[in-house]
Amino acid sequence: MSETAIALKGIDKSFGSVHANRNINLTVRKGTIHGIVGENGAGKSTLMSILYGFYQADAGDILVNGEKVEIRDSNAAIAAGIGMVHQHFMLVENFTVLENIMLGAEDRQVLNAGIARARRTLKELEEEYALQVDPDAITEQLPVGSQQRVEILKALYRGADILILDEPTGVLTPSEADHLFRILEQLRNQGKTIIFITHKLREVMAITDEVSVMRRGEIVATKETSQTSVDELAELMVGRRVLLRVDKGESTPRETRLEVKNLTVDDERGVTMVKDVSFAVRAGEIVGIAGVAGNGQSELIEAISGIRRARSGEVILEGEPISVSGEADPRRLRARGLAHVPEDRHHMGLVLPFEESENAILGYQTDARYVNGAFLNLGAIRSDAGEKMERYDIRPPDPRLKTANFSGGNQQKIVLAREIERDPEVLIFGQPTRGVDVGAIEFIHKRIIEMRDAGKAVLVVSVELDEIRGLSDRILVMFDGRIVGERDGEAGENELGLLMAGVEEEGTAA
Amino acid sequence: MSTPYAKLPAWAEYVLLPFVNVVVAFLVAGLVVLLAGDSPLHAFQLMIEGAFGYGEGIGYTLYYATNFIFTGLAVAVAFHCSLFNIGGEGQAYVGGIGVAIAALWLDRFVPWWVTFPVAIALSAGFGALWAFIPGYLQAKRGSHVVITTIMFNFIASSLMVYLLVHVLKPVGAMAPQTRTFAEGGQLPTLGWLLKLFGLNPGIAPFNITFLLALVMCFLVWVLVWRTRFGYELRTLGFSRGAARYAGINEAKIIILTMMISGALAGMMALNNVMGDQFRLQLDFVNGAGFVGIAVALMGRSHPLGIIPAAILFGVLYQGGAEISFDMPEISRDMIVIIQGLVILFAGALENMFRPALASAFGRIGRSRRDVAAPAAGE
Amino acid sequence: MVWQTILDLLESTVRVSPPLIFAALAGLFSERSGIFDIGLEGKMLAGAFAAGAAASVSHSALIGLLVAIVVSLLLALVHAFASITQRGNQIVSGVAINFIAAGATVILGQAWFDQGGRTPQLAAGERFTTVDLPYAQWASNHIPVLGPIYEHLISGQFWLTYLAFAMVPFTWWVLYRTRFGLRLRAVGENPAAVDTAGISVTWLRYRAVMCDGILCGIAGAYLSMAMAAGFTKGMTAGRGYIALAALIFAKWRPVPVLFACLLFGFLDAFGIRMQGVPLPIIGQVPGQFVQALPYILTVVLLAGFIGRAIPPRAGGKPYVKER
Repeated sequence: MSETAIALKGIDKSFGSVHANRNINLTVRKGTIHGIVGENGAGKSTLMSILYGFYQADAGDILVNGEKVEIRDSNAAIAAGIGMVHQHFMLVENFTVLENIMLGAEDRQVLNAGIARARRTLKELEEEYALQVDPDAITEQLPVGSQQRVEILKALYRGADILILDEPTGVLTPSEADHLFRILEQLRNQGKTIIFITHKLREVMAITDEVSVMRRGEIVATKETSQTSVDELAELMVGRRVLLRVDKGESTPRETRLEVKNLTVDDERGVTMVKDVSFAVRAGEIVGIAGVAGNGQSELIEAISGIRRARSGEVILEGEPISVSGEADPRRLRARGLAHVPEDRHHMGLVLPFEESENAILGYQTDARYVNGAFLNLGAIRSDAGEKMERYDIRPPDPRLKTANFSGGNQQKIVLAREIERDPEVLIFGQPTRGVDVGAIEFIHKRIIEMRDAGKAVLVVSVELDEIRGLSDRILVMFDGRIVGERDGEAGENELGLLMAGVEEEGTAA
Repeated sequence: MSTPYAKLPAWAEYVLLPFVNVVVAFLVAGLVVLLAGDSPLHAFQLMIEGAFGYGEGIGYTLYYATNFIFTGLAVAVAFHCSLFNIGGEGQAYVGGIGVAIAALWLDRFVPWWVTFPVAIALSAGFGALWAFIPGYLQAKRGSHVVITTIMFNFIASSLMVYLLVHVLKPVGAMAPQTRTFAEGGQLPTLGWLLKLFGLNPGIAPFNITFLLALVMCFLVWVLVWRTRFGYELRTLGFSRGAARYAGINEAKIIILTMMISGALAGMMALNNVMGDQFRLQLDFVNGAGFVGIAVALMGRSHPLGIIPAAILFGVLYQGGAEISFDMPEISRDMIVIIQGLVILFAGALENMFRPALASAFGRIGRSRRDVAAPAAGE
Repeated sequence: MVWQTILDLLESTVRVSPPLIFAALAGLFSERSGIFDIGLEGKMLAGAFAAGAAASVSHSALIGLLVAIVVSLLLALVHAFASITQRGNQIVSGVAINFIAAGATVILGQAWFDQGGRTPQLAAGERFTTVDLPYAQWASNHIPVLGPIYEHLISGQFWLTYLAFAMVPFTWWVLYRTRFGLRLRAVGENPAAVDTAGISVTWLRYRAVMCDGILCGIAGAYLSMAMAAGFTKGMTAGRGYIALAALIFAKWRPVPVLFACLLFGFLDAFGIRMQGVPLPIIGQVPGQFVQALPYILTVVLLAGFIGRAIPPRAGGKPYVKER
C-alpha cells in the first residue's frame, strides 16, 4: 500500500499575473482515494489540468509509479495510465454509450473488432466494479449519474490505473452520489488510485483515505482522513486571512422591500438549480448569500431580476408581485426600482466592444433622460457618463474609450455607477468584486454600504466568504439550490464554511 | 477571457489591416491575370483609364457603385446584429416588382418626382417582405438565416421568371420583361453633375438614385449609431447575454433588422429599373446582391467604408468592361474573382496578417521606451 | 404512353442525380465534422472546368477526372485553412470560394481556349461514355416492366453514376463502421470530447474537408465529362446549392441524402419534361414552381414544420481549446 502512484515535485504555473500553482509537492499512494479540497480558485483544477496534459507546468516534475514522465497532451496522460472524469462531461451526447467509450481507443480502422472488444470489456468492467450502463443507450437520454459512469468506464477502458474526478458530485443527486462512492470504493479495492477533487468536506470525510488542502495555489496540508476533522479541514481551507476591513455601523432595517417566496428555477438543461427558496430583504439592510459557485445563486438572482424564467414561486417587489414565469422583462423591473449588478460583467453587464458611455446606459436605453423619441441623446449620454466616471474615479476618464480597454476594476465601476446612480430601492449585487483589484474592492464595498445607509434594500451574492462576512447584516447560506442556514453578520468562518460544504443542514430545507 | 487575437492600435485595426487584406486580394487577382497570359500592370492601367479616364466611364463607375452601396448597406446592417444576410440578391430582385408596380401604375399620369417616392416605398417594402420570412424563421423557429436566405434567392429567381413570363409581360410581346416605362417612370440622370466638372457623361445611366444611396448611407449611420433601435441592434449583435440583461426583445430586433436589410437591398432595383432600363427585366440584379457582401466586409460595415468600397467595385465593373476591349481574355468575370478574393482575405482570413502586424507594432513599441504599458487586463 | 413518360422521367432523374449525390455527400463529410460548407457549388464548378480543360488537353478522361479532384481539393484546403487554422467565418469562406471559382473558370477558360468560356468539345475517348450491361436490349424486349427498367435505368449509365450510387452505402459504412467515421461524427458534435480523447481536432477536420473536396471534384467531372462533353460557363447552375438543400433535407445522413437527391433530381427532370403539360387533378403547374420546390421544401423543413433539421452541434464554430 505504500507504493507511490503519483508524485508531484515543485509544480509551478502562472497565467499572466495570476500564480495559479506555487511549488506544489504532492504524493498520492497507490490504491488509495486521495481527496483534494479547496475553495474556488484555490488552484485545484489547474493542478489536475497539468496532470492531464491540458497545461504544461512552468516548473516541476511529475512522477508516475516512480518514473518521471512528460505529459504534453492528453495522449501522454492516457499512456501513463491516467484517466480523467471531467466536471463537464466530455461525451458526445447523441452517441451511444459504446461509441463514447470507444472514441479514441478503437483499436483498428474498421470498427467491428473494436466494437466486439468494447462490448466484452464493458461487460467485464461492469461485473468487476458494479458499473451498470446499457451500452446501446443514447448518452444524452441517460440520467446524469449514468453519464458519469460512462466517463469512468471510458477511462477504465483505456486502462487507466489512476482516476482523477473533478467535482464529481456537483451534478449528482444524493443517491447518485452514494452510488458513485460505492463504485469508487470498489475501484480502490481492486487496486486503482483515485484523486477526488471537491469542495464538499463531508464527502471528503466519507470517502477518502488521505486529503490534501489547497489554498491560494498552494498545498497547505496533507492529512490522513482518519486523523483529521471537518473543522480542521474547514479552517485549513479558509485559512487565517488578513480580513478586508469594511467599516460599517449598525444597520437599522425597516420595511420589507423584496420578498422571495418558494422560488424554484431550472437552468437551460432543465436541471433544477433553485429549490423552493424563500427570504426577504428589508430596507436598510444588506443580506448576503454565501455559497460555493454552482449551488444555484446565479439562477436565483437571474430569476429575481427578470432575466431567467422561474418554474414556480413568487417574487414581490415593493409589495407588488412580479411575474416570474411569464415573459421576463428586466426593463420594467428597472423602472420599478430594481437594480442589478450581474455576476458576469463580460457577458451580461457590459458589451465590451462598446464605448464606455454606451455601456453606461445598458438596460436604461429607453429612459427619457437618454433618448429623444427614437434617437439617442448622445450629448446627455456622454455628459452623464463623464460625470459618473468622475464620481466613481473610473480611469481613464474617457466616455468614448472602448470598454474592453478598461481594467477589471474600472469595468466593474462602470456597471456599479450605472446601477447605483439610478437611485433604486432594491439592489442586487452578483460577485461585486470578482476580478477586481484591491483598491477598487474597497471602493465598491464602501458604495454598497452607503446604499444600505441610505435606506436601500441590498442583496449581495458572492463566493468570497470574506466579502459576505464583511458586508452582510444577515447571511444566508446556499447549498444545492436551497438555503441551508441563516446567520447574522458576525457568524464565524468555520461555521459558515461547514454550511457551505453541505455538512450541516438546518431549517425547512432539510 | 483572453482575446484570441493580438490587439492593434485603432488606425491599424480599421485602416491598415483591411488595406493589407485588400492589397493581398488584388495581388492574388493579378496572379490570375498572369495565369491568363496577360500583364497585370497593363490590365490595372486599362482598368483605371476605363473607369476614370473619361466622363462616361466615371458615369458608369458611379452607376455601378450606386447598386453596391445599397447592397453593401443591406449586408452591413445585418452584420451589426450578427446576422449574415446572403439574400440581398433575391431581395433586390423582388424589390424590382415594387419599382415596376409604381412605374407601370403612375408613369403615364404624373412626373417622375411623384413616381419616385412611391417606387422607393414599394421597392423597399417588397425587399423587406422578402427578408421578413427568413428573419421571422430565424427569430421564432431558429432556422439559420444564412441557409434560408440562400434558398430565398433561388425562390425569388423562379418567382420572377414566372411573373415576368406570365403576369408582367405585355400581351403579344416576346421578351420576358415589362413594357418600357413612359417619362413618368424614368429617373433623371445626374449628367449635369459630371458636366460641372467639365466631364462629358455620354450615355452613362448615372442617375438620381445615386443621391438616394448617399442619403441611405447617412440614414443607416443614424439608425445604427444614433437611435435606440440601433443601440439595441448592436447590443444584440455583440452579446446575447447583455441583450437579455438589458431587456431587449431579441425576436423583434432580429425581424426588424432583416426587414431593414431587405428594404435596402430592394431599393437597389430603382437604379436599374427606373434609372437605366426603364423596364423590369430578367436577372437585372446580375450579382450586385453578392457584391454587397464583399463591399460590407471591405468597408467594415460602416457607411464611410462602404462608399469607397462600392466605388472600388464600380471601378472594377466599369474598368473590367473596358479591359475586355484590349484584352479579350479578361472579361468582366475578373471582377467576380476579385470579389471572391476580397471576401476571402477581408472576411474569412481577416486575422491572418494580424499577428505579423501586431509583432511589427510590438517591435516599434519596444524600441520606443516612452510607450505606456497597455491597460491591465485580467 | 404514360408508362413511357414515367420511364423517361426516371431515366432523366438517374441522369441528373449523380452530381447532386456526390456534392451532397461531400457536404456531409465536411458538415458532420463541424465545418459548414456553402462552397459546394464553387468546388463543383472548378472541378467541372478542370476536368473539361485537362481532358481536352491530355485526351484522357481519367486525367480529366484526376485534375478535377486535385483542383477541387485545393479549394477545399483553402476553406479548411480559413475555417480551421485561421478560425475564420466558415460561411464567408464558402461564399468566397464560390465567387473565385465562378470567375476563374470563365477567365481561364477564355484565356486558354478562347471559346467564350467553354472548353473544347470532348471527343468520345476524352469523356466518359455509358456502359451497356449485358442483355439489356433483350430483356427490354422479352420481360415486361422489369426489362425496360433494366435497360433504361440500370443499364446504359456512366460508370460515375454507378460510383455515385455506390458512394452512398460506402459513405454510410465509413461514417458508422470505421474509426475515422466515429471520430468525424464526434468532432462535429463535441470537439472537446475528441480533444480530451487524445485525437487532433485540426487534422481530423482537415481530412473531412479533404473528403469534401475530392467528392466535389468528381461531381464536377461528371457534369463536364459525362452529362456534357465539355465545360460551359456556370454549368453547375445552382446544383451545389440544391445539394446543400438535399443535405439539410436529409438531416445530414447518407441514405436519406440519396433519396433527397433523387427527389430533387426528379423535380429537375419533371420541371423540364412537364413544361406546359397539364397534369391530371392539379392542372398546369408552372415550371418555375417545380424548380423552386427543392428550396421551398428545404425552408419548410428548416422551419421545423415537417420534422426538424438539427445540424451537427459544433457546426460553424471554430474550436478553441479552453479550460
